[in-house]
Amino acid sequence: MALQTPFHAMHLAAGARMVDFGGWDMPINYGSQIDEHHAVRQDAGMFDVSHMTIVEVVGAEAKPYLQKLLANDIGKLTESGKALYSGMLNQDGGVIDDLITYYLTDTHYRVVVNASTREKDLAWMTEQAKAFEVSVTHNTDFAMLAVQGPNAIAKAQTVFTEAQKQTTEGLGVFFAVESEGYFIARTGYTGEDGYEIMVPVAEAENFWNRLLEAGVKPCGLGARDTLRLEAGMNLYGNEMDETVSPLEANMGWTIAWEPTDRDFIGRQALEQQKADGVKNKLAGLVLEGKGVLRAHMKVVCEDGSTGETTSGTMSPTLKKSIALARIPKTAGEQVMVDIRGKQVPAKVVKACFVRKGEALV
Amino acid sequence: MSDIPSELRYASSHEWARMEDDGSIVVGITDHAQALLGDVVYVELPEVDNEIGAGDEIAVVESVKAASDIYAPISGTIIEVNEALEDAPETVNTDCYGDGWMFRIQPSNDTDYQDLLDAEGYAESIADE
Repeated sequence: MALQTPFHAMHLAAGARMVDFGGWDMPINYGSQIDEHHAVRQDAGMFDVSHMTIVEVVGAEAKPYLQKLLANDIGKLTESGKALYSGMLNQDGGVIDDLITYYLTDTHYRVVVNASTREKDLAWMTEQAKAFEVSVTHNTDFAMLAVQGPNAIAKAQTVFTEAQKQTTEGLGVFFAVESEGYFIARTGYTGEDGYEIMVPVAEAENFWNRLLEAGVKPCGLGARDTLRLEAGMNLYGNEMDETVSPLEANMGWTIAWEPTDRDFIGRQALEQQKADGVKNKLAGLVLEGKGVLRAHMKVVCEDGSTGETTSGTMSPTLKKSIALARIPKTAGEQVMVDIRGKQVPAKVVKACFVRKGEALV
Repeated sequence: MSDIPSELRYASSHEWARMEDDGSIVVGITDHAQALLGDVVYVELPEVDNEIGAGDEIAVVESVKAASDIYAPISGTIIEVNEALEDAPETVNTDCYGDGWMFRIQPSNDTDYQDLLDAEGYAESIADE
């Protein structure tokens, strides 16, 4: 029996095509994935992300625990509601998951991890917690909805209560605030402005319907994937996993090397990798010939060295095929991609194609 | 329910075929197929003058989800391809039996076309999936 989110009946009512996603029965689209993609780039769309896992980290040693657990340093968080993106690494420096941590107080952090990695994440976090005075609890009190797009904030505001309007006024990017039982964060996975909102389960249906009335378009996992790919954001399992170093997955910026005495899990392995020299990078590709880039296509550089695409699609915004690819650091500006036996030229670019509706390549 | 026009012939691999007045056969993919694929973003068409055998993989439809092979429903020679799909692949979704056609074949025999499924046979074949 597939798991269902609190929005399940609303997906069916909106005509969703449902698919299995990590054990969850989720909408892939509600008709046209491309229309949904454009709605988020040009107006406002909403995604059910209730399958993601909310973990409450509470206790006197919550802070030192997370400073051990995560490659980024939650010691940077000093303002309540501030969010931090980080990898959670194993001892070999591989990525167990990527996640967002919200700082609430020095003894309470809220962590959001991926749906597909829930069981192993909770097991790992619980295991590591044994050495600390801290509790790790899976919070199932919320449904979660991402409202994204240039008009997302304005439209979401129309369904907020007066108190919520006041508390979210001027909410900074990568900040969250708790208001009347809702947890409203200015974060997302599309390259557009917007909110990710934790909604009390009992209010999920009403909240969804009011956003619908406000003209926010339901968007499925299909559009979520093309939007994040255009924005150059990693998808766990594609761009990185437990066998991939964050240094080869565009996550170098999420590793806090200072202070040097913070001994986070994976640090020694990463330091060794740096000393040995990191060979690959995660880059963007824009296809110059015909076809569509997909994951796991072979990439050949001018010097004959090779790499592989990790995600690929036809970009609805650029109307060109794009991909993320792990390729040698020595790669030049031009590569060839093997598309089902044909060698097709592609240009190497930074791994970010579209931001705030604007093409960057 | 998907649309299955009664005047067309079908392959169980979801291509439709229509005999023109000049005896050539126009081929596209069915409404059922385009619905399964989702938004079509690219169509790789065969070369004109290619000799093809029934069942050969001769074209590729790329949707937002994946690449899918298109098979020749009959043997013959490709005499025309729908070049409009290059700029407007979404026509396969919006008008799969009309402007979304893919290629035209001059058949090398009469029997391949006669052996294709009729609308009823195709409806049964997709009901079994």
